[in-house]
Amino acid sequence: MIEGILIGLETAFSLKNLMMVMIGCFAGTIIGMLPGLGPMTAIALMIPITYGFEPSTGLILMAGVYYGAVFGGSTSSILINAPGIPGTVATSFDGYPMAQQGKAGKALAIAAYSSFAGGTIAAIFLLIAAPSLSKVSLAFRSPDYFGLMILGLTAVSAFSAKGHFLKAMMMVVLGLMLASVGQDTLSDIPRFTFQNMNLSDGISFVLVVMATFAMSEALTIIFKANDPTRVAKQISLSQLGSIKLDKNETKKMVTTIPRSSVLGFIIGVLPGAGSTIASFLAYGMERNFVNDEEKQKFGKGSVNGLAAPETANNAACSGSFVPLLTLGIPGSGTTAVMLGALLGFGIQPGPRLYQTNPEIFWSVIMSMYIGMVILLILNLPLIPYIARVLATPRSFLIPLILFFSVTGIYLMSFNNFDIYMMIGIAVVATVLRLYDFPMPPLILAFVLGGLMEENLRRSLLISDGSWSFLWDRPLTIVIMLTIFFIVGWQIYKSFFKKN
Amino acid sequence: MKISPSKIISLLFFIFSGFYLYTAHQIHVFTFDENAAFNAKTFPIYLGYAGLIFSALYVVLPETRPSNVDLTVLDYKKTITLVILMILYGLTILRVGYFLSTSIFLVLSYIVLGERKWLWIFLLSFPFVAMFMYLLHGLLNIYLRDPFLQYIGVMG
Repeated sequence: MIEGILIGLETAFSLKNLMMVMIGCFAGTIIGMLPGLGPMTAIALMIPITYGFEPSTGLILMAGVYYGAVFGGSTSSILINAPGIPGTVATSFDGYPMAQQGKAGKALAIAAYSSFAGGTIAAIFLLIAAPSLSKVSLAFRSPDYFGLMILGLTAVSAFSAKGHFLKAMMMVVLGLMLASVGQDTLSDIPRFTFQNMNLSDGISFVLVVMATFAMSEALTIIFKANDPTRVAKQISLSQLGSIKLDKNETKKMVTTIPRSSVLGFIIGVLPGAGSTIASFLAYGMERNFVNDEEKQKFGKGSVNGLAAPETANNAACSGSFVPLLTLGIPGSGTTAVMLGALLGFGIQPGPRLYQTNPEIFWSVIMSMYIGMVILLILNLPLIPYIARVLATPRSFLIPLILFFSVTGIYLMSFNNFDIYMMIGIAVVATVLRLYDFPMPPLILAFVLGGLMEENLRRSLLISDGSWSFLWDRPLTIVIMLTIFFIVGWQIYKSFFKKN
Repeated sequence: MKISPSKIISLLFFIFSGFYLYTAHQIHVFTFDENAAFNAKTFPIYLGYAGLIFSALYVVLPETRPSNVDLTVLDYKKTITLVILMILYGLTILRVGYFLSTSIFLVLSYIVLGERKWLWIFLLSFPFVAMFMYLLHGLLNIYLRDPFLQYIGVMG
């Protein structure tokens, strides 16, 4: 392990990769700060840029963007009460009231220190947990993988659906259907190509991500009249106040951060849960831990109330890399985008990544920590300047996002067909979003489609066409029971639970 | 009887799944693979059935949390205009070239979205695209087809 860490450090500390982390953190912060644009969009916009890079460099850039976007999301939550991403909604509960009291600088500092601490503690957990989990996951067989993929899709649907489980499941099926377009990987038989040569290679992952996130988000912002950036004038973006914390505030953070980090990491590891659930749970847990006097301050600018979700959402981000790196199965929409990018680099994450590409495995983990440090030392002093990005008029912002999306796909294929297909998917995605059909399950399904079919093929061939492989092994049974539990819980929640 | 938009979308998805399932059955597999436990059409067939089941369930079951969308506040005009501009952008990007089509797309999009700061509109279109092209074509060696710039002799 020590050797691996050294390899990772060497790769991550090369000048080029350090630059990439910095650029990634900076770009991610700016994109994440813009309401409506989250880490998935930020990473999606980076994919075309990483084409010519080495896999480790590309991944390091994307990891930086991921953390930057989460941090940027907190900034907009605190300053204008418009969370850039769902994971920072809980941040606004106490961050925004604090900013309204003239302590915006302090709120941003608490967010930055908590993010740093949460991310660092979780990176250490990841360092310890990932290699051990890699060894354990070598025991997984095709039926287990197939079950795990269904579990991941069901869990992401359950958590991202916000009460619309069936809609999320339809999106899962749609994502798998889109992934099935093109030649069959084993037999090369064309499927759903309708004799169109442009479809024979299947639909590009970048195209689907750009269309369903970057482009569709831009269109949604225009489509919806109630634009959250309108409240941007409530707080002066040039006078944020001091960023120094006093002894009492530091003391409160010291007690909050460790427990929120542990909770955030565990939630992050679970497929589908992610930073949103982690931040809400940490906020709720912290409220139960503090004394009655502090409890009264929750929702009115509590230091604990701000530090807890901020710590947890960053810890969850690190945690979400565990299933991706060790099992090759992303636990969230964002890590699904990263899996797609990895596959684009010709790398198959999974238990063997640890052995076959140690430089990638370790450099990503190391770059997470470096990303945290950079976010703290680079972004915190620059916050007053970066915050002005929030004042960018959407009349400039939206066309630029659309331009980057079209350029991204044009550079990949150099044909009009892909651009039209992207516009078509973006329009459909915009309408679907309007009626609460969630997009993360679609992306996750699209990325997992090929792997899922492959594992089902192996499982069915081994069991001679019988579906008994789903209950032949104890591990598969446990996975299947978990799936039934999630589905059952969703049914209960939808039809029997009143509140 | 009033049917909710979500149910209409689910109904459309049901029809789409039916079409997908029909097309999945039409996939020609190799003769020796026809009766295999798994062939090229097995997974798509399962997906077709899954789509039919989920969409049918949504249509049939009562909506516990209907999505309330106020259609009157949506900005159709700007959104549709932007989509049309993107289609035109896609149409011209290969024929006219990257520089001119992208710059014009940006200028028109800024104007459609209500921007009237002409200096910024100019700076964030033609010079911005030129810089971006230089970065891609000049520094990163990424080929960008541009008949217009080739015609006027700027690009080789």
